[in-house]
Amino acid sequence: MPDLSINFAGIKSPNPFWLASAPPTNSGYQVMKAFDAGWGGAVWKTLGVPVVNVSSRYGGVNYRDKRLVGFNNIELISDRPLSHNLREIEEVKKRFPNHAVIASLMVQSRQEWHDIVRQSQDAGADGFELNFGCPHGMCERGMGSAVGQEPKVLQMIVEWVMEVAQKPVIVKLTPNISDITEPAMAARRGGADAISLINTIQSIVGVDLDKFAPYPIVDGKGTNGGYCGPAVKPIALNMVKNCAQHPDIKLPISGIGGIENWRDAVEHILLGASSVQVCTAVMHFGFGIIREMTSGLEQYMVEKGFQTIDEMVGKALPNVLHWEDLNMKYKVTANINEDKCIGCQLCYTACEDGAHQAIRLNAGTRVPEIIEENCVGCNLCSLVCPVEQCITMEQTDSGTEHLTWKERTEAGTAPTEFEDEKAGGRHHWVPEPSAALGKERHKTLPGKARIINGETTVPAEA
Amino acid sequence: MAEFSTPTTEQQFAENFAQLKPVMNRTEALYESSRCLFCFDAPCIKACPSGIDIPQFIRQINSGNDTGAARTIYEANYFGNACGKVCPTEVLCEGACVYNLQEVKPIEIGRLQSFATTKVIKSGEKLFGPGADNGKKVAVIGAGPAGISAACELRSLGYGVDVFEAKAQPSGLTVYGVAPYKITNEETLAEMAYLQAQFGYNVHFNSAISSRKELEKLEDKYDAIFLGIGLGKTNELGLPGEDKINCTGAVEFIAELRQHQHKVAVGRKVIVLGGGNTAMDAASESSRLGAENVILAYRRAKEEMGAYEFEYDLAKGVGVKGLFNVAPVEITGNGYVAGVKFIRTETKDGKVSEIAGSEFVEPCDMVIKATGQAKQTEFLNLIPGLKLDGKGRIIADAHTGQTSNPKYFASGDAWNGGAEVVNAAAEAKLTARGIHAYLSK
Ligand SMILES: Cc1cc2nc3c(=O)[nH]c(=O)nc-3n(C[C@H](O)[C@H](O)[C@H](O)COP(=O)(O)OP(=O)(O)OC[C@H]3O[C@@H](n4cnc5c(N)ncnc54)[C@H](O)[C@@H]3O)c2cc1C
Ligand SMILES: Cc1cc2nc3c(=O)[nH]c(=O)nc-3n(C[C@H](O)[C@H](O)[C@H](O)COP(=O)(O)O)c2cc1C
Ligand code: SF4
Ligand code: SF4
Ligand code: SF4
Repeated sequence: MPDLSINFAGIKSPNPFWLASAPPTNSGYQVMKAFDAGWGGAVWKTLGVPVVNVSSRYGGVNYRDKRLVGFNNIELISDRPLSHNLREIEEVKKRFPNHAVIASLMVQSRQEWHDIVRQSQDAGADGFELNFGCPHGMCERGMGSAVGQEPKVLQMIVEWVMEVAQKPVIVKLTPNISDITEPAMAARRGGADAISLINTIQSIVGVDLDKFAPYPIVDGKGTNGGYCGPAVKPIALNMVKNCAQHPDIKLPISGIGGIENWRDAVEHILLGASSVQVCTAVMHFGFGIIREMTSGLEQYMVEKGFQTIDEMVGKALPNVLHWEDLNMKYKVTANINEDKCIGCQLCYTACEDGAHQAIRLNAGTRVPEIIEENCVGCNLCSLVCPVEQCITMEQTDSGTEHLTWKERTEAGTAPTEFEDEKAGGRHHWVPEPSAALGKERHKTLPGKARIINGETTVPAEA
Repeated sequence: MAEFSTPTTEQQFAENFAQLKPVMNRTEALYESSRCLFCFDAPCIKACPSGIDIPQFIRQINSGNDTGAARTIYEANYFGNACGKVCPTEVLCEGACVYNLQEVKPIEIGRLQSFATTKVIKSGEKLFGPGADNGKKVAVIGAGPAGISAACELRSLGYGVDVFEAKAQPSGLTVYGVAPYKITNEETLAEMAYLQAQFGYNVHFNSAISSRKELEKLEDKYDAIFLGIGLGKTNELGLPGEDKINCTGAVEFIAELRQHQHKVAVGRKVIVLGGGNTAMDAASESSRLGAENVILAYRRAKEEMGAYEFEYDLAKGVGVKGLFNVAPVEITGNGYVAGVKFIRTETKDGKVSEIAGSEFVEPCDMVIKATGQAKQTEFLNLIPGLKLDGKGRIIADAHTGQTSNPKYFASGDAWNGGAEVVNAAAEAKLTARGIHAYLSK
C-alpha cells in the first residue's frame, strides 16, 4: 500500500487533500464532517477584520448541460465572529489531532497581524495561510489581492507574521498578476515556509440578457468576482509549474485551482505541488468526493510504483520546456480508425474551416480521409472527434533527428525565408481563395422546399 | 389474463394508451440537445423526408432559443409537432443518427422536435402569416396532412384558400388513423388550430366533394385544385362471412377508437388479419382496450411482414401473439363472428402457396381486417383527363405535383400510395410551390 501521508513544510496530514479556505471550511461543523469523510486537512475560511456580505453571491458558467464548469463569487472573508472560529478550531484539533488545520488570515496593521497569528496559534492551528489573493471587496480596503499584487508590501507583511509565528507560514498567491513568480519570490524573501496557489481570478461569469447586468446580480447590479472551478485548472497548473521551476523560489507548493478528481490532483502534484486544495468541487458535490480522490490516487501510485507522494512531486517538470527547446523534427500525422468512425464529419469541417484543409470527403462513404501531405499534425481533428481512440496521431518522422529553434539560432541557421516543410507552399498545398465559393453547396440543403428526388416507387411524371 | 383491463373512463383510456413519446420538459430537452454533435452534412437531415435542419434546431434548443427551433422546424414541415410524435423515427432521422454506429442511443430527435413546437403552440406565438393577397384562389380537397400543408404554403404565397373536408375535424388520419399512444386528439387539433390562426385558410367541414357537379363548381371558381384526399376504406377480402357482425376494417375500427376512445367495445378474443403497420396498430389497440387474446394472423412468414420491426415489437410487448403462414378462407359464425377458418401456407422462392387439407378454425369473437386501404378510384375518375397508375395512384410530377389535368395537383397518400404523415407534409409543401410556379406563368 502506498503511503498517502505528507509533511508539507512541517505540517503533517494523513493525505495530500485539503479543503481550500472557502465556504466548506466556514465552521467546525463542516471541517469535522470533512475529516470524518476522509479529508486530510482544512484551511479555515479566512479570519480577519469584520465584514458584511451581500446576498446573491455566486455565479456559474455552464457548458451545455454541464453545470459549473466555472464558478465565481463576490463573497468576502469569514463573517463569523473571530472568537467562535478560534473556539471551533480548538475543538476540531482536539478531536482530530493528526489532521492539518491551517488558519487562513487577512488583516491590515502589523499589530493586527501579530494578534491574529498569536490567537490562532493558541487555538492550536498547525500553520497559517496568508490570504493575499481575494480579488474583490477586500482589495478595496488594502487587503487581499491588493497585497498580492505588490511584492514589497507582501514581503513586509510576511516579515511581520514571521516575527511571531511559531508554526509554518504559507503565502497564498493571487493569479491576478502577470508574473506569478514575483510575489512568490517576495514571499520567500519575507521568510515564508511555503506558498499556495491559485486564489480566484478576477472575472465576470456572464451577463443577464434581460436585466442587462452581470451575474451574480445584487439588486439589479453586479460586480467583478473571483473565478474558480474546473475551467481555471489550466491557469493554475501553469502558475504552479512556473513557481516550481523557478530556481530561487524553492518553497513547497500547495496546488489549488480546478481540482475535482484524483487526476486533477495528480496533475498538480506532477507539476510541483506537494499538497492540493479543493473548493468548488466540494461546493458542488460535497465532501463525499474525497473517496474517489484517495482511491484514484492510491490506484495510480500502485500502478506507477510510487511509495510516497514526495516521489511524485514535480515528476513532469523536466518535460516542461520552453518552446525554443522543442524538437522541430518530430512529426505526427492524423490517422482515422475506420472501424470506429461514425461519420459525423466534425474532423472534416474542423480541419477544412479551422485548420489546414487536410481532410477530404469521398463519394459513397461518410468516413473522411486524411490528406497526409497536408496534415501538419496539429491534433485538432483528434480533439473534436467524439469517438474514443478513433483519430490517433501517429509519429511519422524517422525518430532519429533532433533540432530545436534554439539550436538553429545558436548555429546561425535560423531561417531567413519561409521554409517550414509542414507549412503551406511546400509539400502542403493551400487551395485558391476562390475555390471556397460554392464549396458547401453539396451539403444537404435543409428546410424550405427541398427538392425531393423522384423515388423509384413513386410515379415520377405525367 | 389480459395485459390491460378494459378502460371505462377517459383517465383509464389515457393510462392504457400512455404516450410512447411524451413531451419533454425543459431539463430533459437541455440534456438531450447537449448530446447532439452538430454533424457536418448531417445524415439525420438527409433521412428526414421533409429535410428539417435537425442539428440547427437542436442547437437552438440548446442555446435557449426554443422559438427559433420551432421556426426552423415549421419552415420545413407544417406538421412539425405531429411528426415529432408520430414519425417512425427509428427508420428515419433517428435511425440515421451517427450515434447508432457506436451502439450509443441516437438523439431523440422526434421528442426534441415536439418539445420546441409544443412550446410555441401553447404560447400561441405566431411565427408565420399569410403573404400579400395575389388575387388568385386555390381549392384544397381533403384537410389531411397533405391538404393542410398545401393550404399553409399557398396562404404564405398570397393565395386565397378554401379547404373542403368530408369529416368533422382536420388533420386526416393524424386524428382518425394514427395510434392514440402516439399522439392525443388534443395535441393534433391544437397544432391544426395554431396553423389556421396563422395562415387563415377556410376549412369547410362535413363537405365531401363527391360529384362531377361539385368539381365543376370548383373548377370554375378556383385557379387550381389540390387533391389531398388520401386513401379510402379498408379493402374487401372477398371472403365468405365477411359481413358478419364484429368483422370490421382496421381503418374504420381505429377511426372509431380515436373519436370515441374508451366507449369503443372490443372483442374478448380478437384476430387481426394483416402484416403491415396498420395491423400492428390495430392489434396493439385491441389489447390496450382490454381484449384477452389478440392474434395477428399473416399469410406469409414473420420476416416477410411489411411492418417495421419496432411496430411488431410494440405489439408483442402488449401481449399480441403472431400466427404466421396462414391465409383466411372464411369468417365463421352465426350472425356474429365466431372464428376464422385458415389454411396454412408455405413460401417457396418468394411465392406463397396453400397447403392442401391444412384448414383449421381459430375461434374468436372479433375480426379486424388490416389488409390495406382501397384507392379512391371512383372519385378520381370524375376528374377529366386525370391519369392513375396501375395501382390506382394519381400520376403527378415529382417536383411540382401537377397531374395530367393541369389544373389539378396532388400529394400525400393519394399520390404516393400510402406513406407517412411526414411524406404528405413534405410533398404538399413542394406541390404548393408547383402550383405557384404554374399560376405565376
Ligand atoms: C391506421 C394507420 C396508422 C398510421 N400511423 C401512422 C403513424 O404512426 N405515423 C405516420 O407518420 N403515419 C401514419 N399513418 C399514415 C398517415 O396517416 C398518412 O400517410 C397521412 O395521413 C396521409 O396524409 P394525406 O393528407 O395524404 O391523407 P389523409 O390523412 O388520409 O387525409 C385525407 C383527408 O381527405 C379527406 N377526403 C378524402 N376524400 C375527400 C373528398 N372527396 N372530399 C372531401 N374530403 C375528402 C379525408 O376525410 C381526410 O381527412 C397511418 C395510417 C393509418 C391508416
Ligand atoms: C465562495 C468562495 C469563497 C472563497 N473565499 C476564500 C477565502 O475566504 N479565502 C481564500 O484564501 N480563498 C477563498 N476562495 C478561493 C478558494 O480557496 C480557492 O483558491 C479557489 O476557489 C480555487 O480553487 P477551486 O478551483 O478548487 O475552487 C474562495 C472561493 C470561493 C468559491
Ligand atoms: S492534425 Fe490538424 S492538419 Fe492534420 S488532419 Fe487533423 S486537423 Fe488537419
Ligand atoms: S470526427 Fe471521428 S467519428 Fe467523426 S467523421 Fe471524423 S473520424 Fe469519424
Ligand atoms: S446525426 Fe445525430 S448527432 Fe448528428 S446532427 Fe443529427 S441528431 Fe445530431
